[in-house]
Amino acid sequence: MTLLQDNSREGAMPAVAGTTALPPRRSWRESLLRDMKHAPLSAWFGMAVIAAYVVVAVFAPLLAPYAENELVGAQYEPWGDPFFFGTDQLGRDLLSRLIYGARNTIGIALMTTALSFTIGGMLGMLAAVLPGWVDQSLSRFVDVLMAIPQLIFALVLLSIFGSSIINLILIIAVLDSTRVFRLTRAVALNIAVLDFVEAAKLQGEKLTWIMIREILPNILPPLVAEFGLRFCFVFLTISALSFLGLGIQPPTADWGSMLRENSTLINYGDVTPLLPAGAIALLTVAVNFVVDWFLHKTSGLKD
Amino acid sequence: MSPILKTVLQRLGLGLITLFAVSIIIFATIEMLPGDFAKAILGQSATPDTVAAFQKRLGLDRPPVERYLNWIGGVAQGDFGVSFAGLGGLGGGQETTVVSLVAPRLANTLFLAGLTAIVAVPLALILGMLAALYRNSFYDRIVNMVTLTSISVPEFFVAYILMLLLAVPHVVFDSPPFYALAKINFDMPFTERVMRSALPVMTLVLVIVAHMMRMTRAAIINLLSSPFIEMARLKGVSPRRIIYRHALPNAWAPIATVIALNLAYLVVGVVVVEVVFVYPGIGQLMVDAVSSRNIPVVQACALIFAATYILLNLIADIVSIVTNPRLLHPR
Amino acid sequence: MTAKPNSAGDRLLEIRGLRIEGQSEDRWHQIVKGVDLDLNRGEVLGLIGESGAGKSTIGLAAMGYARPGCRISAGSVKFDGLELVGLAEAKKRTLWGSRISYVAQSAAASFNPAHRLIEQFSEVPLEHKVMGADEAKTRAIDLFRRLRLPNPETIGMRYPHQVSGGQLQRAMTAMAMSCTPDLIIFDEPTTALDVTTQIEVLAAIKNIVRQFNTAAIYITHDLAVVAQMADRIMVLRYGETVEEAPTAEMLAHPKQAYTRTLWAVRSLHKPEEPADDMLLRVEGVEASYGNSIKVLDGIDLAVPRGRTVALVGESGSGKSTLARVITGLLPPSKGQVLFEGKPLPPALKQRSKDMLRRMQMIYQMPDTALNPRRRVRDIIGRPLRHYLGLRGAVQEKRIVELLEMIELDHRFIDRLPGELSGGQKQRVCIARALAAKPDLIICDEVTSALDQIVAEGILKLLLRLQKELNVSYLYITHDLATVKAIADWIVVMHQGRIVQQGPKQAVLTPPHHAYTELLLSSVPEMDPAWLDGVLARRGAAGGGAPAEASAAS
Repeated sequence: MTLLQDNSREGAMPAVAGTTALPPRRSWRESLLRDMKHAPLSAWFGMAVIAAYVVVAVFAPLLAPYAENELVGAQYEPWGDPFFFGTDQLGRDLLSRLIYGARNTIGIALMTTALSFTIGGMLGMLAAVLPGWVDQSLSRFVDVLMAIPQLIFALVLLSIFGSSIINLILIIAVLDSTRVFRLTRAVALNIAVLDFVEAAKLQGEKLTWIMIREILPNILPPLVAEFGLRFCFVFLTISALSFLGLGIQPPTADWGSMLRENSTLINYGDVTPLLPAGAIALLTVAVNFVVDWFLHKTSGLKD
Repeated sequence: MSPILKTVLQRLGLGLITLFAVSIIIFATIEMLPGDFAKAILGQSATPDTVAAFQKRLGLDRPPVERYLNWIGGVAQGDFGVSFAGLGGLGGGQETTVVSLVAPRLANTLFLAGLTAIVAVPLALILGMLAALYRNSFYDRIVNMVTLTSISVPEFFVAYILMLLLAVPHVVFDSPPFYALAKINFDMPFTERVMRSALPVMTLVLVIVAHMMRMTRAAIINLLSSPFIEMARLKGVSPRRIIYRHALPNAWAPIATVIALNLAYLVVGVVVVEVVFVYPGIGQLMVDAVSSRNIPVVQACALIFAATYILLNLIADIVSIVTNPRLLHPR
Repeated sequence: MTAKPNSAGDRLLEIRGLRIEGQSEDRWHQIVKGVDLDLNRGEVLGLIGESGAGKSTIGLAAMGYARPGCRISAGSVKFDGLELVGLAEAKKRTLWGSRISYVAQSAAASFNPAHRLIEQFSEVPLEHKVMGADEAKTRAIDLFRRLRLPNPETIGMRYPHQVSGGQLQRAMTAMAMSCTPDLIIFDEPTTALDVTTQIEVLAAIKNIVRQFNTAAIYITHDLAVVAQMADRIMVLRYGETVEEAPTAEMLAHPKQAYTRTLWAVRSLHKPEEPADDMLLRVEGVEASYGNSIKVLDGIDLAVPRGRTVALVGESGSGKSTLARVITGLLPPSKGQVLFEGKPLPPALKQRSKDMLRRMQMIYQMPDTALNPRRRVRDIIGRPLRHYLGLRGAVQEKRIVELLEMIELDHRFIDRLPGELSGGQKQRVCIARALAAKPDLIICDEVTSALDQIVAEGILKLLLRLQKELNVSYLYITHDLATVKAIADWIVVMHQGRIVQQGPKQAVLTPPHHAYTELLLSSVPEMDPAWLDGVLARRGAAGGGAPAEASAAS
């Protein structure tokens, strides 16, 4: 909403200074529809890809021709009939494992990101509304954690605690929550200095009210965008760890470990290992396209 | 004291404190080792005696503060302790120091990272500035799409694509111009080392350039929308002069930040790429150490990675400080 | 269009049918809708209008320049016979800085932080190759002196951040003058400055434009300022010309209804009423941020029930800090605040809900004072429920009543703040304060972010509500016209201290305290001879400029 439009409404009748002039309104559903219509091709592509992945992940057991860990043929069978993408080093159907992999890999990444946002988001808002020792101690602690590269830190912790899915989720979520904390704190601080937050304080509102009613709704757009970006990052980190053999452990079907298990095929000019790698890449590209469009929209950037 | 010196010293002090805190965290991880760890390392056949000896060896019988001081004192003198590998079995193995493992690997990684930086930094800065200058042009849009795709894609995907396209057609792998496996050592002549590192370097360059370019573009555009740039235009100053006289002196800080952030990213990026190309660097060493739970090696590698990371950010901060006119010319 | 006063013989600038479009949400909207403008050599044209009238856009278009995101879609701009619309940028560059120059609103942001003033000054003549480096330096010192900058020989060696805002604005005027251009565009050059600083900059600009007989377009939203600067005034609204006339004629006989409403704003006046029942007392309050310098020192004042106390001062005088002390956001380091004779706990957290209810606050920026994600119903309804425990239908009925009280239709109830205009938002803020049934409302510059007509409506509303509800106002402002309109009692603050206070008439009639005198005499009046008169009086009184001394300290 530009200043210009505001004023043109107001000035329609100077005598009453626009006091009775009722501005037109647009519901969020209309706005959403309008935005979707103007979305660029890349965003459409992204949304379509994400939707396809979600469908595959949710309906994996219905879509997969074989079970996740079923030995159905010989090792490294070629593409074609009856195994669309051939079989892996143990003789499991690769297409089925790819489909189940969507479920496992995306599911674990999603859980991790959600946990990371719960931790980082809450602490970040708390730091923003409680300047002083709470903010100081939280921020300094996060500074130190962030001084260690995330993947390296994850490797250290995994060497101590060992690799299990629970450990993986907890470790990555805690480490990643530092970034969420930083962002939430920064955007919440921008809101916390505004007059309406001061007005709420003067009204004697409680801290939880201020956090949930006054601040949270106003920082949602950047947080939603960040959720997309963090999801990509978490997804890539987990895949990388699995690829290194330190993440999700066999026999669970997962794209990172599938790449690792089949990687030697590349030396014979076989593109099979690129399937799980491509599946990972396609999803992160799609999410990034959508987030890029969303950021461009919400920031109102013109360049 | 001049304010600039004061700020730089403050920042250096802060960097040291951070490093200290990081070393404590890395050290403290060993405290969290589960109780049956010795068995896990030594194998189920280990006798209570060997377990006790192993724990004594780790110093688990002494208070943590003392152990930390010993450890950090050793690190300061370049002694990272003894590798767990070889302590296994019945204790008859040869002891290897962590330093003897890490040092040659570190040299290899620095070679790889340095080579990447030499190619990537100037390339990204130039391409990024061009994208900023010709923003909203066809070139800019293409660049945006390509770089967005490139930063979204995992390193291993880029690595395998390159390998498939460039190395695999040369059926004999260990031949020029592209080597699928970058098995290098320092006895090789320089050119051969470069040749053998070509694929990992290219992978890292592709990933880093995209990141750095986008950030450079954003930083320059942010600068070009400042009121003082508009003023310079309306003073009749030529576009070239606007760039080098008005934009550039204010651009060092954002550019330094962009470079430092991306080199820091590179530090982590090497881990995966080294594994893909079997490059004998510190990243691969760390991954192996994590799988075998060789804690002293993991700690040493983590400390080296973290220190590099902190150092890079510190340099960027100091560049920002010494190029800030408000600090350079106090009231 | 009305006939132009002068013949076309010495015409410098001729704009015909100018249309400019701006881009928002991927569509182009007209910002300027067919404006004609003529300017003769040596003439100063005042462009006046409220925000969104398109005056800055027209000013820049006079240079053949459109900001990124804007484009000149039709019309012609002829400068000294040369068509600027569609002219190659390289050709325009030879004019910019040398024959047409620009003075921006924010000098602090428009000077390059990395270079000395003298380097930025010299760049213009050197780039256009009209002077050598030494000549440019001599020229700079000469202009700095003419613009009455302190230490003209050495001030050029400073960096922008080492110079105060008023001085920087004059340095930018010097830079614009460097090549003795034919035309200067002044884009609200004094809007960001305090009144006592503004008068010096106005005097300096007026003086130098007269000395070099430079033509100028002076853009502002302040009528009194334009009355001082311009030979001719053009009133703009929504990108269209409302009317245009020589200054004296325009001030005396505005023809259009819109122009008259602009003129009428300052006529609001409230008779002062005596007071006895003191609601709020501030006794010996001292306050500081952190452990550093005192921001408030020895503040004593009282607000009577049902009356308005105006707290006047420039930026940095401590008036907003005082509001923070009274509301409990900043506990004082010394002294106390009494409400109905009882001391208030110093910190917000120690105050009871009822105490909080009885003291409400309205802010300067209605945009930031309302949560953009909450509807009017929730914004006004919350204090009703929080303080008074109203719910459901009773609450809803009361919200509608409050909307009526602030002259808004009941259908506004489910709107978001983003769907309202600035004035409507400020009214919602008032309703939120009233919902608590307060005894005292602290109004922090509540009209300064609004256009004049809208501001007048808000002031009228505040006065009416005071009469109906017998509520007290502590009205913080830097604008003396507003003070005259609304106050019963005036408190003048300067650098954290109260320099004078008393009933309105007593404070506004001489003899004044020296600072009050400076403040009062610096407020521009609608009389075109005002600026020269004040300067003459000040020159006769003390030789030096008193404002300079106070601004420097």
